[in-house]
Amino acid sequence: MLEIKNLHVKLEEEDKQILKGVDLTVEAGKVHAIMGPNGSGKSTLSYVLSGKDGYEVTEGAASLDGEDILDMEPEERAAAGLFLAFQYPVEIPGVGNMTFLRTAVNAQRKARGEEEMSAAEFLKVVRERAKTLKIDADMLKRPVNVGFSGGEKKRNEILQMAMLEPKMCILDETDSGLDVDAMKLVSEGVNALRSEGRAFLVITHYQRLLDHIKPDVVHIMANGRIVKTGGPELALEVEQNGYADILAEAV
Amino acid sequence: MALPQAKIDATDARLAGMDLPQGGWPAECRADALARVQAMGLPGRRDEYWKYTNPETLISAEVPQAALFDPQEPAMFDGVDRLKIVFVDGVFDADRSDDLSGEHLTIDRLADVANLDLHWAKDAYGTLEAKGQSPVQRPLAALNTAFATDGVLIHVTGAVSKPVNLIYEHSAVNSDAILHHVVKLEAGASLTILENGPAAARFNKVLEAFVADGAALNHIRTQGRDHERRAVTHMFAELGAESTFKTFTLTANGVLTRNECIVWLNGDEGVAHVAGACVGDGDFHHDDTVFITHDAVNCESRQVFKKVLRNGATGVFQGKILVKPDAQKTDGYQISQSLLLDDDSQFLAKPELEIYADDVACSHGSTSGAIDEEALYYLRSRGVPQGEATDLLTLAFLGEAVDEIEDRDLGEMIVERLQGWLTRHRR
Ligand SMILES: Nc1ncnc2c1ncn2[C@@H]1O[C@H](COP(=O)(O)OP(=O)(O)OP(=O)(O)O)[C@@H](O)[C@H]1O
Ligand SMILES: [Mg+2]
Repeated sequence: MLEIKNLHVKLEEEDKQILKGVDLTVEAGKVHAIMGPNGSGKSTLSYVLSGKDGYEVTEGAASLDGEDILDMEPEERAAAGLFLAFQYPVEIPGVGNMTFLRTAVNAQRKARGEEEMSAAEFLKVVRERAKTLKIDADMLKRPVNVGFSGGEKKRNEILQMAMLEPKMCILDETDSGLDVDAMKLVSEGVNALRSEGRAFLVITHYQRLLDHIKPDVVHIMANGRIVKTGGPELALEVEQNGYADILAEAV
Repeated sequence: MALPQAKIDATDARLAGMDLPQGGWPAECRADALARVQAMGLPGRRDEYWKYTNPETLISAEVPQAALFDPQEPAMFDGVDRLKIVFVDGVFDADRSDDLSGEHLTIDRLADVANLDLHWAKDAYGTLEAKGQSPVQRPLAALNTAFATDGVLIHVTGAVSKPVNLIYEHSAVNSDAILHHVVKLEAGASLTILENGPAAARFNKVLEAFVADGAALNHIRTQGRDHERRAVTHMFAELGAESTFKTFTLTANGVLTRNECIVWLNGDEGVAHVAGACVGDGDFHHDDTVFITHDAVNCESRQVFKKVLRNGATGVFQGKILVKPDAQKTDGYQISQSLLLDDDSQFLAKPELEIYADDVACSHGSTSGAIDEEALYYLRSRGVPQGEATDLLTLAFLGEAVDEIEDRDLGEMIVERLQGWLTRHRR
């Protein structure tokens, strides 16, 4: 589903190389996790995949279902089925959460040549999905993420994912800032979406999330590269011993 | 102090081509106003109050032409149950206007009143304009009092349920319209006035509002979509105790618009809200000049102005809150903000507070900013195309001003218009 080949990325404004040849393939139906030390380039990878400004791809390629995504606008990537749950969700004063969700859902449908969701249907679906994430009516009415607690913001990201039903979901530290119960809610939200046609790339620092969302494959990223790939046991190893051994081995 | 020769010449040149309407009780008011114009002279580039806006085309003897524009959408307040009063190029259109009467309401036309003994209007016409000449001069308002060819004199004695809608149409490329309205609300009365339309190639309008104790005047105005029109408007409002005055203006397009709003809070616990949203693209200059005087205890005033500017458009805000020595417990708020959609556009702001009482809470702020790139990316990453995402953020920016409109249906109509404008003006 997602195929990243030898991806090199530098900052547009500075001569600073951040990704130094990332190779990664995520197959449909699978959950891949990426772990790695702070500053190793995990968020950068997710931003570059979703089309954020400020980065320059100097080498390599990335495709979604065989389609090159790096030349697409962010909205085109979204319509093609890519979704990034942000490590730091953005606050948008003045734009109601509901309006935001509905605009996004319908924009994607329109881009794919599908019919827009009616107001009534949308309301029904959003209420139902918000409820399972314990997002109340008030949070739906408020401006996007404004005044939301850290955990509420993360749950709101998952609500967006649930509404947009993307096929490639990238979750950047969605577990950080979540209390134990919220972690369960979010994981259940993710697990409910797991299906044959959908894949996940879950960026996290902690095994705890992976207890709930069982990954098929775990990658370790360091210094702008995937330095090791293994099964779920790799995450346990990191949890117990940290990165030192893995990094030493990789060098 | 003697006026500079250039100002005298410019004033004479303008007055030379104008005839003072004759007859009846207004004649004296008009003569007084003309004397005020001559004493002050018409505004010029050098005047401090016109530092950011060039009044040249507002005072020129010849009217700058304004091409007619087909908006291809229904007129603004169609669908609202209202009393319509239509002026085409400043000329009353009886056929398309409703019967000028209603419960708790008398309406007369300025052009008709010469021989009517309209006591209340006699004592009102031009008086707020005259009072408003200090501490800052507003010669174009005095010019209006002197030369207005028509307008409506509205007397309200109770709660009027239907809004009065003043509709201004523009049909001649060189029309030069001067209208003067006076509205008087007796104690406890209430009225909503709606105004819309481009009016003329050049439009000079004054509205004087007397809002007695416990009365409420709501005013919502949209200034038309004609690209080349020019307008200078003055709204003077004098408020009694526990009265409210709320005004909102939407301006879209127009090469030059100067809207002045002058409010006196003269009775305790009065409330005045003055708000505006404007959107300008290209050759567009929009000036909001507001002067609010607190002269009683426990009054509240709010000024909320938002301007979206692109493609070289200019926005101006001059806003003042003057708190007199006895106006304790004043609550004054003022905010003016611009969203600059490119580097060519500019926003010039002069917010002022002048406070002589010690127990007051006044705040003001003025900012200029661009679209929030992080928010834009966030929206796009959810599949919202750049244009639509920009519009959404732009509407959110204007929201604080539009939210000042209390009536939700009217507020939604305004949002729809803004949405339409933004869609048409996408890059
Ligand atoms: N816009 C930027 N300007 C300067 N440096 C940047 C920028 N974006 C990323 N970097 C740098 O690139 C490196 C990788 O950052 P990134 O956010 O991708 O790391 P990460 O793996 O997500 O870290 P964490 O686990 O702390 O979230 C860091 O050293 C970071 O400082
Ligand atoms: Mg990160």
